[in-house]
Formats: sequence, structure tokens, C-alpha cells
Amino acid sequence: MDFRLPLMSITYLEAICEAQAQALRDDDRVFIYGQDVGAFGGAFKATKNLHKEFPGRVVDSPISEDAMMGLAVGAAIEGMRPIIEMQFADFSTVGFNQIVNQAATLFWRTNLACPVTVRLPFGGTSGSGPFHSQSLEAIYAHYPGLVVMTPATVEDAYSMLLEAVAIDDPVIFCEHKFLYYHLKADKLPSEALPVGKARIAREGRDMTIVAYSAMVHEALEAAAELAPEGWEVEVVDLRTVKPLDTDTVVASVARTGRLLCVGEAWPWGGVTAEVIARVTSEGFGLLDVPPQRLNAKDTPVPYHPNLWTAHRPTPQAVAAAARRLLRL
Amino acid sequence: MLQSVLNPGPVSDGVTARDTHLAAYRHMLLARLLDEKFAGLYRAGKIHGGVFIARGQEALSVAIGSALKKGDVFAPLIRDTAGRLAFGEPVIDAVRTYLGSVLGPMRGRDGNVHRGRPREGYLPMISHLGAMISVVNGTLFARRLKGITGTVGATCIGDGGTATGAFHEGLNQAAIEKLPLVLVIANNHYAYSTPNDREFACRDLADRAAGYGVEALSVDGTDLSACLKTAGEAVSRARSGRGPQLIVATLLRLCGHGEHDKAEYIDPKLKNSPVGRDCLKVAEELLLRQGWTDAAALAGLRSDVMREIEEAVAQAQREPVPDPFAEDWCAISSRHLSETHTE
Repeated sequence: MDFRLPLMSITYLEAICEAQAQALRDDDRVFIYGQDVGAFGGAFKATKNLHKEFPGRVVDSPISEDAMMGLAVGAAIEGMRPIIEMQFADFSTVGFNQIVNQAATLFWRTNLACPVTVRLPFGGTSGSGPFHSQSLEAIYAHYPGLVVMTPATVEDAYSMLLEAVAIDDPVIFCEHKFLYYHLKADKLPSEALPVGKARIAREGRDMTIVAYSAMVHEALEAAAELAPEGWEVEVVDLRTVKPLDTDTVVASVARTGRLLCVGEAWPWGGVTAEVIARVTSEGFGLLDVPPQRLNAKDTPVPYHPNLWTAHRPTPQAVAAAARRLLRL
Repeated sequence: MLQSVLNPGPVSDGVTARDTHLAAYRHMLLARLLDEKFAGLYRAGKIHGGVFIARGQEALSVAIGSALKKGDVFAPLIRDTAGRLAFGEPVIDAVRTYLGSVLGPMRGRDGNVHRGRPREGYLPMISHLGAMISVVNGTLFARRLKGITGTVGATCIGDGGTATGAFHEGLNQAAIEKLPLVLVIANNHYAYSTPNDREFACRDLADRAAGYGVEALSVDGTDLSACLKTAGEAVSRARSGRGPQLIVATLLRLCGHGEHDKAEYIDPKLKNSPVGRDCLKVAEELLLRQGWTDAAALAGLRSDVMREIEEAVAQAQREPVPDPFAEDWCAISSRHLSETHTE
């Protein structure tokens, strides 16, 4: 028996399940609606046992993403706080209209807030292919009226999901499927950084890598790879991509003078482009070299592991991009 | 069909058929004249964007609006001026929204038919057809969770809107949850310029109800009496727990899609057929034939209604319009989470 194992550990996925249980416990207005979320406990088991513990409040929906979101908006109008589980982020595009035109416009048009949380299991895992791997944070962040969260740690998955439910506005909660089982923590947090505030995941003085969600871990691995070469790389975890904590990013670039943005989403537009646009317009003089970014390739997400690992930024690819930037 | 309602006698609680018809007719007339006023203001360049009027659809719309009670949910669509008024929308709300007054419910941020007061169960439509059905479902679902019983939700759509995925998803969802939804289809024969045979291939839209496991009611949408009876029946069935009700009304849009549209595509044969009757005239003839009113009373009513409209327009025209410098330009209620980078 290995006594070094922690007595208790909790995964990113279990933290999401526990946050929902907590939200259901704390607030009668909360309910969960989504495909297979009831007795089955969800495709990823993110609602495991909740159906039993909270009868009538964890409800199976038909395969109707548009109507799922519409129902959530209607319920929010009546004062409820629905959590919608999209089985995969990819399928949220079927409910896109209700998210961006109904939920996201309600407050601005009518002064009535729309407290809906939309959980999007997103991002690539090996073998998932073009329709079960997408990263859609940028298209939701593009629309006014939405908050877009991208937690990278077990602690953030838990605390930010509770915040998402508590916030009066629609929140797109992007939870990374690769982190579901791979990421573990000893315990759930009792406090957290405020929503909208980025986190310095690793301190360094030579360059800044800005990342979010699973890419924070790829960036940290790249930073560790570069350390023996003498480079001290700072990693900023955005935590929420909307609002975007420009101040923390610009402050980091002020310390390092070099910026690399890493995202798993496609390159055109998007979060990495937004970060670079802001840093160049608000902190141009802080940059010693032109800022760079690294994204997935501009193709659908491939199925085979050989193609998939080449499609998305890996720690090695991040380290290589960082080396190029450091030598400029 | 008309025969059965010619002498219906007292309806309930001392409200007679005469009262019901006269109240409905008043809202129809108010809607017709209000729409005409908007059309005039549009032609005079006083209204930004479009004007969308409901000529020919007032009987159906007023029937659904009148069948609902305070506390019910109503999500009207583009041609529901009469239903909105019958549900309780003040004339000034409509006028302020068209003129963009900051005192209106949409404060100049949205206009024309995109108006409502969601806190009061009166939901503002978005332009994407079919999208309001599941939103009404959500309000009804929430009420069930909260233990509120006895309320219903109604929403309206056209023949073209039945071709959307949202229509299918919404009606199917309502049926699965057995929600007290009344879904009203106004088959006015044209989706903008597109005729029925390019929107659906079933014999009758009411046939669809069976496929969803819901009840259907068909009605002649030019006949106020029939519309009142059908809408009342559908709402009371939904209220009593019989699940979603689909109303399919046959009528003809007697105007363009909007005031920019001359509607030259409408088949003259349809215009000259019974479906092309003007429901307002049909209702008026019924009132006179029944002896429920007379020509002098109708003329008095018309002048009262016109005065109400003119007063509302005069008032809204004096009210402040939005000031871009005073606008806070924040799309979310959690101000601390708003984007700092906005330009």
C-alpha cells in the first residue's frame, strides 16, 4: 500500500457534480435539464446520483438543444436558475439561436436578467473526432450579454460553477473533457479568486504565456521543459475569457516583455487574437518583440491520435513556439 | 359553424355573448386603427425600421388574447396587435415602442412588434420564428416546479413558422412535459411571399397534432364567434390539464408582410374567396344582425378609439427619445463582470 496517496481526492468531473449538488441544496430555484442527466447521471456522469437526491429537479430533456435553451430562458423569466447540460459543446450550436438571441439579449432589451448556466463539455480528447471535440468559447464570447468561463483547475471548476449559477446573467461554462478524469485535487476549495480575475499559474520573468482551460496545463508543462534551459516562463490562466482580465495580462507582459497566447480553439479571431489585440493596443510599448499565438490548425478536429496530437497545441509545440519567441 | 353560436346565451358569471363579442370587437377595431396609424406614421417617415400590421388576423388574435386571464403567459407574434391589447397591453406601450420613447417597455433598445413585459407574463418576441414556443414552455415548467397551478401559456405563429426546427422542438417538448400550452397557428397562406405549398406538404396543419400527441382545433379565422369559441375551448382544456392544444386558423393576410411590401404575390382568387373576408367587417355585421349594437354606436366607438390612439401618439411624440450619451451600453446585469474593453 502506498501511504503517499492522499486520503481523499476529487477529480475535475466530481467537482462539477459536487458544485451542482451544492447549488441544488442551497437554492430551490436551481434545476438541471439536459439529455440523459436524470437516472443515467449524464453522458460523463456529471449529474451522477443527483436525480435521486433531488427528485423532480434533474430532468431528462429530449434531443432538442434549441428547446432546452428556450425552456431555460422561460424558466429564468419566472425566477428560476436553470443549469443546462449540453451533452457535448459541439451540440450547443443547435441551441445557438436561443443562447445568443434569446438568453443573451433579454436583460438588455427588457431589464430582466436571465440567470441561466449552460454547461459545455468541450475540447479534444483522443479519438473524439470533428463533432465531439470542439472549443466554442470564442463564438459565445463574441456575443454581448454572455459571461464565458473556462476553468483550468479542479478548484476553479467547483467554485466557478457555483458562481455561474449565482450570477444573474447567462453563463457559458466551458468544462474541458480532457481534464474530467486527469485532473485531481485533495479537496474542494473554501475560497476562490473573484470571477473575471486571471491567475498567475506560474511566475517567470522572461516571457508570458497566456492560456486558459486545458491549455494552461500544456503551457505549464512547456514552462517546466524550458526551465532547465534557463528560461523563466510566466503562465497566466485567464479563468474567464469574458470578461477578459486585460490588466493581469498587461501587468505580466510589463514584467516579461514577451507574449505568447495559447488556445485550443481555431485560430481565426478568437480569444488568442483578442488578447494580442488588447496587449498591442494597450501595452505596445511593453513588448520587446512581436506577440505570437498558437492555436489548433484551421481544420475540423481530426479523429486519429496521430492527427489529433498534431492538430492541437501540445506542450512540445508550446515550448517550441516559446523558444522561437525567446530568441527573437 | 356560425349557427351554433348565434344565440349562445350567457357564457359565464353573467357575462353574455353580447358583452364578449362587443369587448372583442372593440379590441379588434382598436388594433386595426392603431395599425393604420402606425402605417401612416411610417409613410410620413416618423417610424424607424418597419411597420408590421395585422389586417385580417384580428379576430383570431383577439380571441386568444381574450381567452387568457391575468397571470397567464402570452408570447404573441408579429400579427397580434389585437391579442396584445386584449391581454392587457396599454396602447401607449405599443406607440412608445414604435416611436422609440425611453418611457416605453423597450426604451428604444428594441422596436415595433418586439415588445413585452416579461415580468408580467407578456413575453417579447425575437425575430427568429418558433423560438418563443419553448420559452413559454419554460415559464410553464417553472411554475410547475414552484407548485403554481391553473395558469396557461399561449403563443402564436404563422404557417411559415411551422417549417422551423424550433416549432417542432417546442411542440414536442410541450407534449412530453404535458404543459398547459396553447399554440395558435394563423395560416394566412403566405410566409412573406411564399405560399403554403412551399412551406409544408401535409394536407392540413392540424394533422400534425396527432404526430406530437396533442389535441388540435381548427377554426375559420375570419369568424370572430368561431375564434372566441375555439380559443376559449383550447385555453380551458389546457387549464384543466389536458396538455398542449394546437389551434389552426385559416385566414388571409390582407396586407403586406410589412408596410414596405405591396403583396402583389397574393392570389386574387384567395382574396375573393371566403378566406379573404375581412374579419372586422364580418364581426361588425354579426353585431348588427344580432342587434347587439347599431350604426350610431359603432360610429361612436370608432371615434372613441381614434381619440385614444391620437392621444397616445401625441403623448409619445412629446416624450424623450434615447440619448446615446446617457446610454450605459452594458449588456449584462452584473456590472462588475462587464467588459472594460468596449471599443
